[in-house]
Amino acid sequence: MEISPGHFLLARLDDVARWAQSSSVWPLTMGLACCAIEMMTVTSAEYDIARLGSEVFRSSPRQADLMIVSGRVAQKMAPVVKRLYDQMADPKWVISMGACASSGGIFDNYAVIQGIDTIVPVDVYVPGCPPTPDGLLYAVNLIQQQIREGGRGGILARA
Amino acid sequence: MNPYGPVAIYLCVALAAALLFTVLPGLLGRSKPNAEKSDAYECGVEPTSAVAGRFPVRFYLVAMLFVIFDVEAASFYPWAVQMHALRVFGLLEMIVFIVVLAIGYAYVWKKGGFAWR
Repeated sequence: MEISPGHFLLARLDDVARWAQSSSVWPLTMGLACCAIEMMTVTSAEYDIARLGSEVFRSSPRQADLMIVSGRVAQKMAPVVKRLYDQMADPKWVISMGACASSGGIFDNYAVIQGIDTIVPVDVYVPGCPPTPDGLLYAVNLIQQQIREGGRGGILARA
Repeated sequence: MNPYGPVAIYLCVALAAALLFTVLPGLLGRSKPNAEKSDAYECGVEPTSAVAGRFPVRFYLVAMLFVIFDVEAASFYPWAVQMHALRVFGLLEMIVFIVVLAIGYAYVWKKGGFAWR
């Protein structure tokens, strides 16, 4: 985007769409385990995810852009997570929050999925057990950066 | 300019904006349908029964009967506020109104509309 001498703001349509999209990455309301407590904390005044435009946790996957997998995913929960991901409107992004979601964490057993990237495509992994709210904020930042720099999203993109 | 001119402009802008935001996503967005998106949202669980289930027709009956009493109450209030100003004319109007409602009420009663079967 640039400001021309006549004070008109010129931009490509795709850039505007990406700016709008990256400024309103709405997460799905889905808390799986202890990491969900840290996820809730980012909406508090202390961390204030509203600064990134992501404070609107949607209760329906139809309106959500971002899935935050906040905790260990049991084998029984896996089809639910997969189905919710499938029901989200394209383009969509996934944050794997914490050690359990990313690799199974301390739950190195038959009951827990050893990394959710085996069932849904993950865009950003957040390390920690649990990660700090700052870590999750940074992950949302990275996704915004991805959208603005030409990753998935935008009008011309193949969703 | 007509004092209601700005209101007309506001209505046009509101209509145009609503149409724009309804039509644009369909034109610009890329549709990627799949079976799960078309399916009902049941918190990630597969629906076990029809989402638009059947329910007894008496709920509609109750809803319609409610209108009788609701309209009555809603019409009473402004009359009650202006009762002294309207004097006998208001009172007679209200009696006519209640008689009309009472006929409907009596009809429903006679038909057994209040019996919860």
